Amino acid sequence: MIEEKEIKHIASLARIGIKKKELERYQKELSVVLNYFEKLGDLDTKKIKAKGYITGMRNIFREDSVNDCDEDVKEIIMKNAPQEKDGYFKVKSVF
Amino acid sequence: MIREIHNKLVNGDISSVGLTEKYFSKIEKEDKNLCAYLTLTKEKALKEARKIDKKIKNGEKIDLLAGIPVAIKDNICIQGEKVTAASKVLDNYIAPYDATVIKKLKEKGAIFLGKTNLDEFAMGSSTENSAYQKTKNPTDLSRVPGGSSGGSAAAVAADLAVWALGSDTGGSIRQPASFCGVVGLKPTYGRVSRHGLMAMASSLDQIGPFAKTAEDAAIILSSIAGKDKMDATSAASGGKKYEDFISGNIKNITIGVPKEYFGDELDKEIKDIAFESLEKFKKLGAKIKGIKMPNIKYALPTYYIITPSEVSSNMARYDGIRYGVSVDNKGKSLVNSGNLLETYLDTREVGLGDEVKRRTMLGTYTLSAGYYDAYYKKAQKVRNLLRLDFEKTFEEVDFIFSPTTPDVAFKVGENSDDPLKMYLEDVYTVIVNLVGIPAISFPIGEVKKEEKMLPVGGQLMGKWFDEEGLLNMVHAFEISNKK
Repeated sequence: MIEEKEIKHIASLARIGIKKKELERYQKELSVVLNYFEKLGDLDTKKIKAKGYITGMRNIFREDSVNDCDEDVKEIIMKNAPQEKDGYFKVKSVF
Repeated sequence: MIREIHNKLVNGDISSVGLTEKYFSKIEKEDKNLCAYLTLTKEKALKEARKIDKKIKNGEKIDLLAGIPVAIKDNICIQGEKVTAASKVLDNYIAPYDATVIKKLKEKGAIFLGKTNLDEFAMGSSTENSAYQKTKNPTDLSRVPGGSSGGSAAAVAADLAVWALGSDTGGSIRQPASFCGVVGLKPTYGRVSRHGLMAMASSLDQIGPFAKTAEDAAIILSSIAGKDKMDATSAASGGKKYEDFISGNIKNITIGVPKEYFGDELDKEIKDIAFESLEKFKKLGAKIKGIKMPNIKYALPTYYIITPSEVSSNMARYDGIRYGVSVDNKGKSLVNSGNLLETYLDTREVGLGDEVKRRTMLGTYTLSAGYYDAYYKKAQKVRNLLRLDFEKTFEEVDFIFSPTTPDVAFKVGENSDDPLKMYLEDVYTVIVNLVGIPAISFPIGEVKKEEKMLPVGGQLMGKWFDEEGLLNMVHAFEISNKK
């Protein structure tokens, strides 16, 4: 079973606060699913390439240019911000 | 059905306002029990309906979808409207722009009734993971409608909308369509722009229609398909009118039937109904061919590695800084207190539901140093192997048939304590998303459970970008059922 300290580590990487009493539940639930993944071990994939996109698509490029968005869009975006100042998102101090 | 309503509108037999009002009064009466809708947009809908009625009165030509009421899954953005993805973290979120599909439908004059319930961020197979309400199956209110697009499926099945949009990452259109007894199409990856659809697993997500008939699904697909500069993965459709391709002629078409899809997990009665459906296709002139797809059993574990991995990346944006709620773990606002890390941890602890957290953590694990090769990279390889299998299979057959699900709709609460059991609900559907092909679920019969006739869905999978083929197959099946 996945260890308690590993759950704490993943949760901190994922920036999800978890309570002490939840640790055991996550250990159990994630372990069951991770064990299920073992099934793939039966399959020899040495000669197979890893693929992310499978419809034969190639890289698609566009000009790297700044495109301003409409004022009404901007207004809603800033209204959605928990904290805003002068049209900018306000972010708390990192330290 | 859409064409019929369209003709009535154009001939002046009914008005769009009258039709829209009729749907709202039905929703007001019936949705209390069904809980399909999260938000209703009555005022705007009636305003748009009046515009369409005016156009008709002035003798202007209107689109097939004009003036017809539709429901939209609440993970698709309509500018200026609340959009929650059924998550507490977006409880106060207003969509700043229209999804491309919405923009297209607005141009056609479609009438948006409201937004439908889903499993939070489309993660789930029963719509029980919504932070707001549990949608019920219209056939039996003690059962789930399937998920994640359960609200859209239930709304169409109960005729609380003429049609609806959903999204499908591993079966989220097809499985609820099957459970509710409607047609649900998952288009080829890239067929429909994902711009404005809240991302869950970006290499798998696709928007598609719920409808009462294959012809309706075809009309809808024609309106939403195509290349979009806002979604680099979208493909050109050349303005194809899918409804023009459904002749109902399926002579000499070969349907492959993989024995792996008819194993012990499949309900006996569903198996019988599936074989009866194949007989119907045979009578219509199709050839049935038994095929072997031994790697199918690897699809589900592969899916549940790739999806959480992509989920963990996509969910990072819900951080309490740029949008959504920003709260401490007692639910109090963090706007004027706390530091940055606390804001992240608390907002995500309180704002995200259990399944979203589970998948985000699972994905963080499978992508983390030391595990990446064993999980994610391995899964990407299997994904490619499955694609090669399908390429080969499609040299022999035109379509692949299976039941959509191994069983009929389950009871509310039946699977909710066991995440893996819930994942197994997707056993027949996930492979389609992994290989990127289109697939459709359509009603093929009913199974009696506790005095209720529960719908059974059949699934047809087609070659990449052959949506017209799938729609034609289902159209042929529907006609033969009417005779």
